[in-house]
Amino acid sequence: MLRREGLSKLTGRERYVDDLPLEDFLWGATVRSPAPRGRISDIIFGDGVDWSEFVIVDHTDIPGRNAVYLIEYDQPALAPGYVHHVHEPVLLLAHPSRDVARRALREVQVIVDVDPPALDFRTLPSPDLIQCGEDNVLKRLSIQKGDVERALAESPIVVEGVYETGAQEHVYLETQGMLAYLDDDVLVIKGSMQCPYYVVKALKPALNRSEEEIRVIQTPTGGGFGGKEEFPSMVALHAGLLALKSRRPVKLIYDRTEDMVATTKRHPSQIRHRTGVDENGRLIAQEIEVVMDGGAYLTLTPVVLSRAIIHAAGLYHCDNVRILGRAMFTNSVPYGAFRGFGNPQAHFAVERHMDVIADCLRMDPVELRRINVIRDGQTTSTGQVIGDGVDRLQIVERALALSDYERRRREHWVRNSEHRYLRRGIGMSAFYHGAGFTGSGEVMLDSRLHVEGHADGKVQVLCASTEMGQGQITVFIQLAADRLGYDPAEISIAEPDTHRVPDSGPTVGSRTAMVVGRLVERACDDLCRQAGLEIAVEASGEGVRGKSGRGSGETARGALVKEAIIAWHSAHPGERLLGRARYEPPPGIEWDEENYLGDAYGAFGWAAHVAEVEVDLRTYDVRVLDFVSVQDVGTVLNETLAKGQVQGGVAQGISWALLEECVWKDGAMQNGQLTNYIIPTSGDLPPIRVEFVEFPYEHGAQGAKGIGELPLVGAAPAVLNAVAAATGRQPTEIPLTPERLMALLGNGHEPGEAP
Amino acid sequence: MNAGSTGSNDPIRISFTLNGEPTTVEVDPSERLLDLLRYRLGLTGTKEGCAEGECGACTVYLDGLPVDSCLVPAYQVRGHRVETIESLDPVGAAHYHARGTTQCGACTPGVVMTAEWILQHRDRLETHTVRELMAGNLCRCTGYDGIIEGIEGALEDREAG
Repeated sequence: MLRREGLSKLTGRERYVDDLPLEDFLWGATVRSPAPRGRISDIIFGDGVDWSEFVIVDHTDIPGRNAVYLIEYDQPALAPGYVHHVHEPVLLLAHPSRDVARRALREVQVIVDVDPPALDFRTLPSPDLIQCGEDNVLKRLSIQKGDVERALAESPIVVEGVYETGAQEHVYLETQGMLAYLDDDVLVIKGSMQCPYYVVKALKPALNRSEEEIRVIQTPTGGGFGGKEEFPSMVALHAGLLALKSRRPVKLIYDRTEDMVATTKRHPSQIRHRTGVDENGRLIAQEIEVVMDGGAYLTLTPVVLSRAIIHAAGLYHCDNVRILGRAMFTNSVPYGAFRGFGNPQAHFAVERHMDVIADCLRMDPVELRRINVIRDGQTTSTGQVIGDGVDRLQIVERALALSDYERRRREHWVRNSEHRYLRRGIGMSAFYHGAGFTGSGEVMLDSRLHVEGHADGKVQVLCASTEMGQGQITVFIQLAADRLGYDPAEISIAEPDTHRVPDSGPTVGSRTAMVVGRLVERACDDLCRQAGLEIAVEASGEGVRGKSGRGSGETARGALVKEAIIAWHSAHPGERLLGRARYEPPPGIEWDEENYLGDAYGAFGWAAHVAEVEVDLRTYDVRVLDFVSVQDVGTVLNETLAKGQVQGGVAQGISWALLEECVWKDGAMQNGQLTNYIIPTSGDLPPIRVEFVEFPYEHGAQGAKGIGELPLVGAAPAVLNAVAAATGRQPTEIPLTPERLMALLGNGHEPGEAP
Repeated sequence: MNAGSTGSNDPIRISFTLNGEPTTVEVDPSERLLDLLRYRLGLTGTKEGCAEGECGACTVYLDGLPVDSCLVPAYQVRGHRVETIESLDPVGAAHYHARGTTQCGACTPGVVMTAEWILQHRDRLETHTVRELMAGNLCRCTGYDGIIEGIEGALEDREAG
C-alpha cells in the first residue's frame, strides 16, 4: 500500500501548523535568558517598539504550577527569577505582526547576575557549581551480573577504552510550532507534536484546567525524531498562556535558529569500558561506566540513561557485567529524546570497543563478534534469557556477504599501500534495540485504541498515535484493512484530537507498529464482535502473517464485516459502534525495576551494518562509499516505508558520526544555523543498501517489531570502525570531524604515520 | 526580517506573473517572496525550512529557474514570472508517490520543484548525476535514496511514455 497522505505532501496540499488559515491572531515570541546561570536582576524594555501594542506574559501569569510536567515538576514554563541555562524562557510576547514581535525580542534585555555555571558533565563539580542534590547527579542507575571484580582479576587480557559522543540536533525540517485559541471555555492547542496526551498532561497542572478544558490536536508533523516528544509541551504551554491572557488566537512558530539553540538535543556521553577477554577472544568480564550530560532539567533523561545502560554491553553474552550509569546536571539547554534514546551512545562505545579489543588481540573484528554474539538460551546483562529464535549470526553474515566484506578488505590493503593519500577501509557493527517501553513501562501506559464502524460500513481508527513521516497512518490502515478484509480506501485514521481519541500512549520508542498496531488488530476483532460477528479473523486465515495481506483489497470476509456493520447501524440508529482494545502484556515478561533485573523488553530488533569509507589524508575528510544494512524488525509491514525508515535512520547516524557538531560557548550553541551546523546533502551520502531478515514476533502486529530507532543505533560505530581499518588508528570520539581526525592522525607532512 | 534598512519603508506596488496569472500586490521593502506567497497569497505549499538558503524547502521557479524564495525580496519579482508547487500538474506526483520520495513532507514541495526542473532539463544529466543536482534540497527523513529513486523512476516512467 502506498503512503496514504503521500500525494497531499507531494503536491504541497498538506497543511502543517503554520499553513492553517487563522483570523485576527497574534504572533507569539519568546524572550530567553542570555546567561547559563544566575538571578534575573532586571528586565529592560527598549523604546524601539510600542509596548502598548503587546501582550506580555511572565511567570506570574501562570494560573497553576509553574512547570512543564512530564516526569517531575522541575522545569519552569517561564523562569521565576533565576535561570539555569542559556535560552531559558523568561517572558512571552505577542503582537499582530510577526516582524514587530521579532523586532521586540531585540528590544528586551534580561539582566542576569551570573553565578558560575556547571558546563562539563565529565568532571566532578566543585562545590560552587552544585545545584542538584549533593553532587549534580540527576540520576544514577546500575546493572550487576556475576562477579566483575573477580572475573577482571582473572582475565588474561584486559582492554580499556573511553568513548565520547557529542550533542545532536534533530533538524526536523518543520520547526516547532503551535496554535492556541479559546473555543468557549476550552483551550484548543493545535500543532506539531508526537504525543498529544503528553501535552495535555503538562498543561493540566500549569493551567489549572481539566482534560475537558484542554483540547490538543496534532497537525501534520514535519519530522520529529524524538525532538517533538516532550518539547512541544513547552511550546503549547507558552502559546496557551498567551492565548489565555490576550483572549485571541496565538501562533507560536520557532524560526530555525531558535529551534536549534533552545530545544532539546541528543545527550552527549562519555562511556568507559574495561573488558576482560581470553586469548581466543571470549568475553569474560565487562565493566562499563556510562556518563551522560542531562542539561539543566530532568526532561526524559532518567529513561534515556536507563535505555543506555540496558544496551551498553552490546549484543554479546558475558557472564560478568557491571554497568554504572549516571546523568549529570549541567547548566546546558536540557537534553531530551532523540531517535535511539541513549542506545546509539551505548552502541557507539561498545561496538567501537569491540574493534579495539580485536586490534589488541590481533584478531579479525568480525571473528570476535561471531564468537561472542548472544545465542538463544544465553542471557543479557539484566539476566533476560534470549530465546526469540532469531539467527543473529545469519544477520551478521548476510551483511558481510552483501557488502563483499572480505574481498573489499583485501582490495583495500593493496590499494592503501599504493595510493599516496587516499585510504580505504571497511567496518561493521552488530547491534540491537529493545522495542517499546522498558520493563513494565507499557503496562503503565495502559494504551487504548478504538475502531469505529460507521453507518455506511466505512471504518475509522481512533488513536493518539501520530504520523510524523514514519508511516503510522498508512501502516494502521493496512493493519485494519488486513484484519477486517477491507479495501484500504474504506478505512481512515481519525485526526489525533484528545477530545475524540483515546490515549494510545506516546508515538515514541519504536512502539507504534508493534504495540499500538497490535491494538488496531484487536480493536478490529472487537468491532466484529460488537457487530455480531463471532468469526475469529485468525480462523479465516486472511491477511494475517501472509504476504498476500498488507492492504491488498476487500475479501469475502470483508464484505461480511461491512454488511454486519451496516446492519448493526440499522438496528441501533444514532448509536456509535466501537471496537475497543486495551494493552495487555505478553505472558511471561518479568522486570525488577528496583534491581534492573529481568525482561527489559518484550522484543528486540537485531541488525548489522557494514560501512566502507575513504579517508583523504590531505583534507582529513571521510567519505562513506558504501553502506549495507541488514535488519530484523520482525515482519516487514510495508517494504517502501520500512526501507525509508532504515535509510533515514542510517543517514542520521552517519551524519552524527562525521558531520554534526554543536559548538558551545558558555552553555550556548554557537552554530544554530544550517549554514554552520551541517547535516548531509544527497551528495554527502552513498546509496544505503537495505535488506530485511524477517523473524516475526508473536505479539506484534502481524509479527512486527519496532523499526524506527534500530537503524540509527549502529551506524556511527560502523563508520568509525571503517575509519580505523583505513587509517590503522582508533578514533574514540564523534563527530569525527576533519579537525579531530587530523589530531588523531598527527598533522605532519606524512599523514598516516605515527606522530 | 526587519524594517531597519535604510531608505523608505513605504509599500511598493508590484505586478508579476504568479502561476500563470497576472498579479498585483503592495509589498513591504523588506518582505520576502516566501512570506508574500505563504501569508498573503495563501500559497502555503512553499515551506520555510531554514530562512537562509541552505535547505531548499522554499524552492520556487523565478523565470523558470529554481530559487530559494526565502532569499528573494518580494519587490524583486516585479515584472517577472514566479511558479510555485501549486502550479505543477499533480499527475506528475505519482512517480514519486510510488517510490518513497516523501516521508514527513516538510522538504517535499521544494524537492519536487527541483526534481521537476531536472526532468525538464535533462541535458544537465549529461554532466551531473541526480544525486549531485539534488544537493540543494535538504531532507532529514529519507537519507535521500527515496528521493533519488523517485526522480530516476520518474525519468524512466516518462521516457516510457
